[in-house]
Amino acid sequence: MDEAGMSEAGMDGVGRNKSGMGTSVDRIANPWGGRTPYDRHRSWPTRVDTRLGAGVEPDQVQRWVQAASILHSDGDAMDVAVVDGRMVGVRGRADDRVNRGRLGPKDLFGWQANASEDRLTRPLIREGGRLVECDWDTAMDRIVTRSRELTEERGPGSIGFYTSGQLYLEEYYTLAVLARAGIGTSHLDGNTRLCTATAAEALKESFGCDGQPGSYDDFDHADVVALFGHNIAETQPVQWMRLLDRLEGGDPPRLVCVDPRPTKVARRAAVHLAPRAGTNVALLNALLHEIIRTDRIDHDYIAAHTVGFEELASRVRECTPQWAAAVCDVPAASIAEAADVLGDADRLLSTVLQGVYQSHQATAAAVQINNLHLIRGMLGRSGAGVLQMNGQPTAQNTRECGADGDLPGFRNWQNDAHVADLAKVWNVEPESIAHYAPPTHAMQIFRYAEQGSIRMLWISGTNPAVSLPELARVRSILRQERLFVVVQDLFRTETAQLADVVLPAATWGEKTGVSTNADRTVHLSDKAVEPPGEARPDLDVFLDYAARMDFRDKDGGPLITWHDPEAAFEAWKRCSAGRPCDYTGITYDKLRGASGVQWPCNEQAPDGTARLYTDGISWAHPDVCESYGKDLETGASDEPVEYRSLNPDGKAVIRAAAYLPPHETPDVDHPFQLTTGRTLYHFHTRTKTARAPQLNEAAPDVWVEASVSDAAALGLGEGDLVEVGTLRGALRGRLRVTDIRPGLLFVPFHYGYWDTATGHGPSGGAPGRAANETTVTDWDPASKQPLFKTAAASLRLVEHANGSHAPAPTTTASAPCRADAAPPTVGGAAALATETTGTSHHTGGRDIR
Amino acid sequence: MNGLNLTLRALHHGEKHLAGQLTAVAERHRTEHEIHHVATDLAVWSRDHVAHLAETADARGVHLGGSSGASTAGVLSALREKAAEAMAHRPEPGLLLLRDLRELHLGAAENSLHWEMLAQAAQAARDERLLVLVSRCHPQTLRQMRWTNTMIKNLAPQILTSF
Repeated sequence: MDEAGMSEAGMDGVGRNKSGMGTSVDRIANPWGGRTPYDRHRSWPTRVDTRLGAGVEPDQVQRWVQAASILHSDGDAMDVAVVDGRMVGVRGRADDRVNRGRLGPKDLFGWQANASEDRLTRPLIREGGRLVECDWDTAMDRIVTRSRELTEERGPGSIGFYTSGQLYLEEYYTLAVLARAGIGTSHLDGNTRLCTATAAEALKESFGCDGQPGSYDDFDHADVVALFGHNIAETQPVQWMRLLDRLEGGDPPRLVCVDPRPTKVARRAAVHLAPRAGTNVALLNALLHEIIRTDRIDHDYIAAHTVGFEELASRVRECTPQWAAAVCDVPAASIAEAADVLGDADRLLSTVLQGVYQSHQATAAAVQINNLHLIRGMLGRSGAGVLQMNGQPTAQNTRECGADGDLPGFRNWQNDAHVADLAKVWNVEPESIAHYAPPTHAMQIFRYAEQGSIRMLWISGTNPAVSLPELARVRSILRQERLFVVVQDLFRTETAQLADVVLPAATWGEKTGVSTNADRTVHLSDKAVEPPGEARPDLDVFLDYAARMDFRDKDGGPLITWHDPEAAFEAWKRCSAGRPCDYTGITYDKLRGASGVQWPCNEQAPDGTARLYTDGISWAHPDVCESYGKDLETGASDEPVEYRSLNPDGKAVIRAAAYLPPHETPDVDHPFQLTTGRTLYHFHTRTKTARAPQLNEAAPDVWVEASVSDAAALGLGEGDLVEVGTLRGALRGRLRVTDIRPGLLFVPFHYGYWDTATGHGPSGGAPGRAANETTVTDWDPASKQPLFKTAAASLRLVEHANGSHAPAPTTTASAPCRADAAPPTVGGAAALATETTGTSHHTGGRDIR
Repeated sequence: MNGLNLTLRALHHGEKHLAGQLTAVAERHRTEHEIHHVATDLAVWSRDHVAHLAETADARGVHLGGSSGASTAGVLSALREKAAEAMAHRPEPGLLLLRDLRELHLGAAENSLHWEMLAQAAQAARDERLLVLVSRCHPQTLRQMRWTNTMIKNLAPQILTSF
């Protein structure tokens, strides 16, 4: 570790802090902090956010260690403050292209969770039905013994791996090699299946290959920003700060917002559409209909760079705003108005997230947003781009390393030349990489475990006993005697409690590795402190397993030749060479002390690449594409020969889709639609954020959101204890009445059971607290992403509030409809962070690319 | 034009049969969630084809009977779904699933060939209305075939090597 380099960067920052005029802000009450307005086409001014633990002064900090955020996908660069081997705070990195010094509330306070008393510090194994402590040798030996038995008796297909979107690139790559070439199983996927699978699939469908087309810099240049099912204020709060700063500067952008909830984005939008859940394709087809009808399309771009336009035009011909208005329950005039704004945009930036990805017809809808940009020629220029977002800090790495349902380096499993190329990189025979079928997706892995053909499931860095749909089913799968469950995590999560072996893992700040954010920016996070007890980096665990399993290449040498993060990164670079996600121009040294770098970064683009597709479509040719595409409605794979005849020259493919009604619609017993989602202050199943007091207190327990009219009709009010039920199960929480779309209920998905008496599930037959007790097991046939946003549900009173309030924030989309209905969310003295603006450079703004 | 009417009749029967099969498979494999949901969606296509075929035939003075192919009676459906849930933790239904997918594929292939015949006959007879019908429905039949083929390809390795 290059400590000298880090302390130098640290002193630099400390100096700036001292010279600047820092202001203290309660970043729980004011999550996005103060404004630094800027004009269109200028660069975003710097604002450095710093949060140090109680009693720590900046000059006491001994080391500032470089890192990037771990509790969302934005990739905000920061330095971790260290005193006497302890983490004591964080500070945004002023020079980074992503955040220019800013941090969101989760990053300002979440680091405290690392030092929680209840971290796992020793491995655990199940003995006589109980988890008991043991040493690493015992735990690993148990895993290796079981792996050997299973591969010999039942074959490699009896072992599955379910990983995360929160490990580092080096860890995913190592896992992908050991699973795909070592074990030889195709059952390896990430929880990225729940967050980013549709983004990847939509990009593959339209552009032949994964890879984010746009760049965050496009926020500086766009005159219209359209956010589709993307509550950016809560999912990527730092980019919302950027939008807020532009909204208050000269020539601000107009926002188009598609979201059924009254998000901060909705409240600032020029046009806000709140469609009925599950109708995105109908709405998008109507928008495309209007734009084509009024001929606000780029005929030259369509001719030069796309195939399939005629099919789209004919498919949306009947999809008038009036038709969609009836399907989506949105005024036709609003749809036409939105189409006007999108159609008149000079530089259009669209962003897409879970309101599309976790909803009915996910891929079909996400692809229509790509189509909007293709027919308007809004790609590859500053301000004109698409950001198919994701939710987790390293989801992009899971995708590119092949630790999700793809082969590493965006290689095409149906293309024998790609598999042969991968086999060469790994020095194995092509046949030893399972590629007779697509890599198995997470939902199918769990199905195979349920049905008994997978007998060992190794879960790293994720908590399916809270995060997967239909939890009663998930628990019944994990509890099976015949299934050997390994869990690698920081805490005794709900899932860990059902495991046979639990491995204590080191986390962010305790290990070194690379993460790549939603706009392809690669950051290095260095180790700042030692992990607690015997906890180990996930990389070390995978390397140890590979060594014990003695995986070999075709010449008898070790399959995995690296022993530390940097060597793993160098190995990955060889795998990425010549692929769209080319990392060959990046080194650890290049990332240290500098801004993050956007891939591809190689000899031709040594400083990285801001935007893909600046000069036509580059990765859709039949010989190079990652996927030949799928039927958006059935998920059926297209064959190479079909793709070759459809798209011989490798242009973008405009794929049309018809609207299909959702599989579950409200009826007499379940008259509401139910959607789940996140809140600003928490991440996933709260394993970290609930252990940061400021974050936990901002949203300490589950709640239920309903509309003003629905609450009135049922005689319900703020703070009433209610029960939400579906065909799968029920949960209880206190009610928050908001300006959400009538007929829709919202429940945050963060809350599980580790901090309740039972530990891993609801007690007895009592209603639960996890949103996923109620969700349906159904997934998008193309991306295989589960649907969390279209269940039919009932709502009933359990008991009136009697002065209680919903434990929901008032600062977010969960704000009560009447401002005085609940006490405001504040953090007080414990939540103060410093904001420093007015540093010498950037203030005037400068023209940027 | 008797041959044309015969083909319409055969296709009407075939689509009705496929709609019923798709619905039955969806129910029988309730715990194979993707099969359940997509087969249910695809049954709608076949039912739609049945209705359009009946309409077209009607206009030609041929009566093909009601546009059935709808979901089977409640008791039987419920029974199939319950049986599926009871077998959720067993591997054997995997083999049954492969057999069912094969039958669906063959059913769709038969329909596809009939659509092909109808298309050829419609061109020979210069029957514009029939051509519109075929170009509307036949692509969906091909997509039903591709779906069953894809699912067999994806599921067979695990099911057949683990049993």
